[in-house]
Amino acid sequence: MSTHGSAPVHGGDVVARTEAQVIGTSPVERTAAGEALGPEEELLTINMGPHHPATHGVLRLLVSLEGEVVRDLKPIVGYVHTGIEKSCEDKSYWKAIPFVERMDYLSYFSNMEAFVGCVERLLELEIPPRAKYLRTIHLELNRLHSHLVWLGTSALDLGAMSMFFYCFRDRDRVLDLFEMSTGQRMHTRYFQVGGVFEDIPLGFERNLRAFCAEMPSRVDQYEAILNRNEIFLRRTKNVGAVPRQELLDLGVTGPLLRAAGEPWDLRKVAPSLAYGDLEFQIPVGTVGDGYDRYRVRVREMRESVRIIEQALDGLPEGPWIADDRKIVLPPRNELSTSMEALIHHFKLVTEGFRVPPGEAYYAVESPRGELGCFVVADGSAKPARVHFRDPSFVNLQALRHMCVGGYLADLIQNLAMLDPILGGIDR
Amino acid sequence: MTLPFADTNFAEATWILVVKSIVIFAVIFAIVPVLTVVERKVLGRFQARYGPNRVGPYGLMQPLADAVKLVTKEHYRPRNAIPILWPIAPALVVFTGVATLAILPFGDVKDGVGFYGIDVPIGILYFFAFGSIAFYGLLLGGWASGSKYSFLGAMRAAAQLISYEISMGLALLGAIMMAGSLSLVSIVEAQHQVWYILPQFVGFLIFMVAGFAETNRAPFDLPEADAELVAGYGTEYGGMRYGSYAMAEYIEMFVISGVAVTFFLGGWHGPGPGWLDPIWVIVKIFAFLFLFMWIRATLPRVRYDQLMSLGWKVLLPLATLNVLVTAVLVTVT
Repeated sequence: MSTHGSAPVHGGDVVARTEAQVIGTSPVERTAAGEALGPEEELLTINMGPHHPATHGVLRLLVSLEGEVVRDLKPIVGYVHTGIEKSCEDKSYWKAIPFVERMDYLSYFSNMEAFVGCVERLLELEIPPRAKYLRTIHLELNRLHSHLVWLGTSALDLGAMSMFFYCFRDRDRVLDLFEMSTGQRMHTRYFQVGGVFEDIPLGFERNLRAFCAEMPSRVDQYEAILNRNEIFLRRTKNVGAVPRQELLDLGVTGPLLRAAGEPWDLRKVAPSLAYGDLEFQIPVGTVGDGYDRYRVRVREMRESVRIIEQALDGLPEGPWIADDRKIVLPPRNELSTSMEALIHHFKLVTEGFRVPPGEAYYAVESPRGELGCFVVADGSAKPARVHFRDPSFVNLQALRHMCVGGYLADLIQNLAMLDPILGGIDR
Repeated sequence: MTLPFADTNFAEATWILVVKSIVIFAVIFAIVPVLTVVERKVLGRFQARYGPNRVGPYGLMQPLADAVKLVTKEHYRPRNAIPILWPIAPALVVFTGVATLAILPFGDVKDGVGFYGIDVPIGILYFFAFGSIAFYGLLLGGWASGSKYSFLGAMRAAAQLISYEISMGLALLGAIMMAGSLSLVSIVEAQHQVWYILPQFVGFLIFMVAGFAETNRAPFDLPEADAELVAGYGTEYGGMRYGSYAMAEYIEMFVISGVAVTFFLGGWHGPGPGWLDPIWVIVKIFAFLFLFMWIRATLPRVRYDQLMSLGWKVLLPLATLNVLVTAVLVTVT
């Protein structure tokens, strides 16, 4: 047995890795998190990921197994770190929007709203009501889209592979709607500082209403497949439950926290955009196990449909972007007639708008929890610092609490119900 | 009362046996590739998509393309793998699968030729013997790969075999007692009045559940649970070695369906003239194969401990009870 910490001689090529020092070369001595074991305990340390079919991205988990039972677990992140926060410092504010969209690639509208809303808070810019409603509609469509992907992949992780295709079929309808209103299926860059890029096109409302009319029946179908499936219930019920207080201590937000019974949702707690005007419910669970997480998210899909329908009904007429020529691009038709508009256009496109010095934090309820954006402005046209509080990153801390003592198969179930997006975790 | 042995007085010429084995071999190796494309098509339809339809008419040439791809792949072997055992393991699985096919009866004796490979007196025990050897293939493959995922998959495969083979044997015991013979041909002949699915319905259900576990098919595909163990025992295999495992899975599915047809669905019995017998068997087998695919498209995977408790706490007592009740009834009547 080589002593823990000294350079072990093994294989030759991967000795210098930090975890080799943390866990020792022998799985007998220590668990993945470095806890010492008694001499009679023998654990199998396996490396799940970064390329593993069920880790929802390039997440790496060091798992100590005793037979099939998980004794310890350590998530290792950073494999898709792309330096988005740092890169934003090098871009003018309006050019940073496409960057932040690409963090959590399933909730790009939430990412955009967090950043754009934060900049608007710094500028003290009020956006027109129509823009608020359009943003709300797209945020909720985004929630549907994200939850559909979650439901499909989670069911696939549990072995119910047909669900994957059903969910992606409906997810594609959401993407079709995005394509219609924004011109892109993903990473739309639809939200602008001051409002939205363009008004919704003719026919979008009709398509959206048709989608909203059909979606509840689709959710019924998903529930018909899973809700009374004995295997599914046995795999999810009473699995991975973490007490509410522990989740709060870890800073977990979103459906995970609500499933444990804490009705914390930023759409209700601090209503922004049009959420204050709309009537919707926040589903909460009781036990906080995998089944509650599933039920909470599925119920959220129904509520999102309700929100979208109400927002469509109450969609106010008027401009969809603020009328502040120092921040918002002038209308295209003015460029050929107005010298002033041309100058504004030139200044905005080349330099960008300047933001007064200060710092602001703005958070939205993304499909995964509280997605916060913190921007420090130094008075120039580029942010001095951008930081995101990504819910996946914070929620991932709870994984160990969910999994230790459970089976290896439960680990996959817990990870699926946790719904981490590695793009958001690593940024 | 018939003796519990097959009619050993009936002997065939050696050349007939050789021809029969070639025919069975050829038919199976024609059916298995079709089965892969059928399964993908069926799954596709279940999942609101088309399935393969690019290669050849209706995508029927897809298995050919797959086979060419698999055969021409590099024979990669991990450094930790154990040299001889590692390549032998997939071959072992295919061998046992094909060997089991020999006892499946597709018809009775016509013009001096039995429509089966061989009518062995120990009948179904032959099937169990080779089924057990097949698990050596999984176990060796997983263990010899020198990978932890493969190892876990192999351990699961071993545990699954032990848990389910007992229930499977007991489930068939009821039908064997009713027929009074171990020979598959005699068992089918004993069903000329009523198929055993009616009197042995519990046995049929137990056999099917255990059969799903034996073939490592969903919802009991734990040894290769793709979400947890990447591909279980097959993680380190590639090329045609992996292809052998895949092929063996389909052959085993075919065999389990064939045994189910023989024991519970009256084998070759069916309306129509005698030459339809093999067709009836194939049709019934395909009905079961469709059931396999249907279940795969529908059900999630059970957890390891749930699989064990189902096998030992539910299926085994139920199968034992079934055997006892059948034994009493057979003795009384």
